[in-house]
Amino acid sequence: MIHVLARRIMILIPMLFALSVIIFAVIELPPGDYLTTYIAAMESRGLQADEAEISRIQRLYALDRPMYVRYVRWISGFLRGDLGRAMATEYAGKRVTDILAERVPLTMGIALVSTILVWAIAVPIGIHSATHQYSAADYFFTFVGFFGLAVPNFLFAIVLMWVVYDFTGFGITGLFSLKYHDAPWSLAKLADLLKNVWVPLLVLATAGTAGMIRIVRGNMLDELHQPYVETARAKGLSERRLLWKYPIRITFNPVVSTIGWMLPAMVGGEVLVAIVLNLETVGPILLEAVLSQDMQLAGSILMILSVLTVIGTLISDLGLVWLDPRIRYDA
Amino acid sequence: MAQNLSAAKAYEYTSVNQLMWRRFHKHRLARIGGAVLIVLYALALLSDYLAPYDANTRLKGFRDVPPSRIRVRDTNGTWQRPFIYGIERGRHPETFREIYTEVTDEIVPIEFFVRGDPYKFMGLVDSDRHLFGVSGENRYIFLFGTDSISRDLFSRTLKGARISLFIGFAGVLISFLLGCLIGGLSGYFGGVVDEVIQRFIDLVISIPTLPLWITLSAAIPTDWSVEATFLAITVVLSLFGWPGLARVVRGKLLSLRDLDFVTAAKIGGSSDLNTILTHLLPNFASYLIVSVTLAIPGMILGETALSFIGIGMQDPGVSWGVLLQETRNFAALAHHTWKLIPLLFIIVTVLMFNFLGDGLRDAADPYSL
Repeated sequence: MIHVLARRIMILIPMLFALSVIIFAVIELPPGDYLTTYIAAMESRGLQADEAEISRIQRLYALDRPMYVRYVRWISGFLRGDLGRAMATEYAGKRVTDILAERVPLTMGIALVSTILVWAIAVPIGIHSATHQYSAADYFFTFVGFFGLAVPNFLFAIVLMWVVYDFTGFGITGLFSLKYHDAPWSLAKLADLLKNVWVPLLVLATAGTAGMIRIVRGNMLDELHQPYVETARAKGLSERRLLWKYPIRITFNPVVSTIGWMLPAMVGGEVLVAIVLNLETVGPILLEAVLSQDMQLAGSILMILSVLTVIGTLISDLGLVWLDPRIRYDA
Repeated sequence: MAQNLSAAKAYEYTSVNQLMWRRFHKHRLARIGGAVLIVLYALALLSDYLAPYDANTRLKGFRDVPPSRIRVRDTNGTWQRPFIYGIERGRHPETFREIYTEVTDEIVPIEFFVRGDPYKFMGLVDSDRHLFGVSGENRYIFLFGTDSISRDLFSRTLKGARISLFIGFAGVLISFLLGCLIGGLSGYFGGVVDEVIQRFIDLVISIPTLPLWITLSAAIPTDWSVEATFLAITVVLSLFGWPGLARVVRGKLLSLRDLDFVTAAKIGGSSDLNTILTHLLPNFASYLIVSVTLAIPGMILGETALSFIGIGMQDPGVSWGVLLQETRNFAALAHHTWKLIPLLFIIVTVLMFNFLGDGLRDAADPYSL
């Protein structure tokens, strides 16, 4: 076991290196760089970018140096935990770590709560659907599941905002009302957050639930007809114990194996919802940073996401070994 | 007894293909899904003819017009051929918002095979006939209303179906080729090749898809032509679709390659490529079709998302995601509900693909219970 773990961790290092190269290349890929965006932005405001400012920016972000120098600068900073300063207009000059410190907790919070919601709703429904296959409830949830998969979640968010606005005149935008936007944390701000946060939670949880119901139901159906279930039943185990002790345990397989990329997937899926709902999370700044080729900000976010995915995958693989006695790593 | 026997015999003599077809036929939702998709794709192909106007024609003075109501009885209660009333623009007395009211004494009959905007039918024949329309100075029919710069949403929805529906196909085709090739190499040769390719797949899967889609589409120059943008987005979408397929192909090949019939083929002098294509591929072609069917809706949704946030298809390109950009302001949506109509098309398309995929999955394994 320890051997396997060591081997897996050894593989992680070259993989993360390859990922960092890919991410860097992808962001640098479009013609032009942050400076072009900057000059274009100045010109659109009718201003002339002055030479001194341009060369200052160039030196600050090493834009005049060859690509590999910039890569080394970026990745070595990343490894030291120094993510540099953002370039994108709204945050220009702010430390990336500060921006992330402000937004990552909210992002993680929303991702975590909606993930818990997904499991809490989808797992019981999936199990019920499978044990009562072709019942009215099964058909109903199957339909709901399909429907949930078919509606893009950011559009669901818009429809929800519109419905809420139409009925109550209450316009939901962002996680906080204007009054509390820049206020320090307090009970009142928390209450304000709770008043707004249910919309993104609902949207994200619905999307995840639809898929998860299908997975749990499918797995459960596969397991229910296995000989070991028959054996247990023949030996006189009560239906309830039988279900809990064997098939449900196996059914958790896909749930556990998705934990790894749950967080990145949530952040990824959240990008659009967050843009639509104007949330103060990582998603919208990622889009903005990518559009203005802000390597420091976009690269750091993508890299953090990738690290989380890779580590998460490792954890869920280990979780699988613990959960499912049939899985062995002999290598 | 005799009847039972012949039924059992008939089952034994039924070919796999016939069994699959029967299985598929029994899945009612899948049949509905298939039929609806055929209709949708036909609508997309014939959109120039079916739509009364060109998707990018601006009909001056008809901004944000709600859908026309088709009537068959006028205010006097007499039956007529289908018609719409002419409309008149006014202002809301309090909010000064533009509103349109029907002029009940002006009957505009709906005509068929009318002349209108010129187009090339199926890209081949010049024509200016449209299935239906209305005539009269400044009189138009808007089945789905108009957008904020006075373009007919019905015509745009049909035109948008082309890009939205075919981007899934094109993207899946590329993913499919990549997936088969890479998965095939991995599964057939095994060993070091397999190990390297598997690590590579792990790598690609670890990249967060949506952020990378965004990053890559943001790199597409905005001044590219509609066709070039379409192609670029297809490539972006398909770039991350293949690892799933590659895994299916590899898994199947690994389980098949040591079976006797493969060894026999090899001894008989069959080349590697020939063995894969003629002996191995037919054994899991059905699984591939299922995976492909289920991969298409993801690509359609991906295109919608990218276009919606403004980095996918761009005006004058028309796709459902582009059309939905108009819904971004939810307060305006309260007055312009019809702008959500393209969303219904997306939902129906994705649902139908899922139904079809579900039925195909059942049919792919006709011997299961």
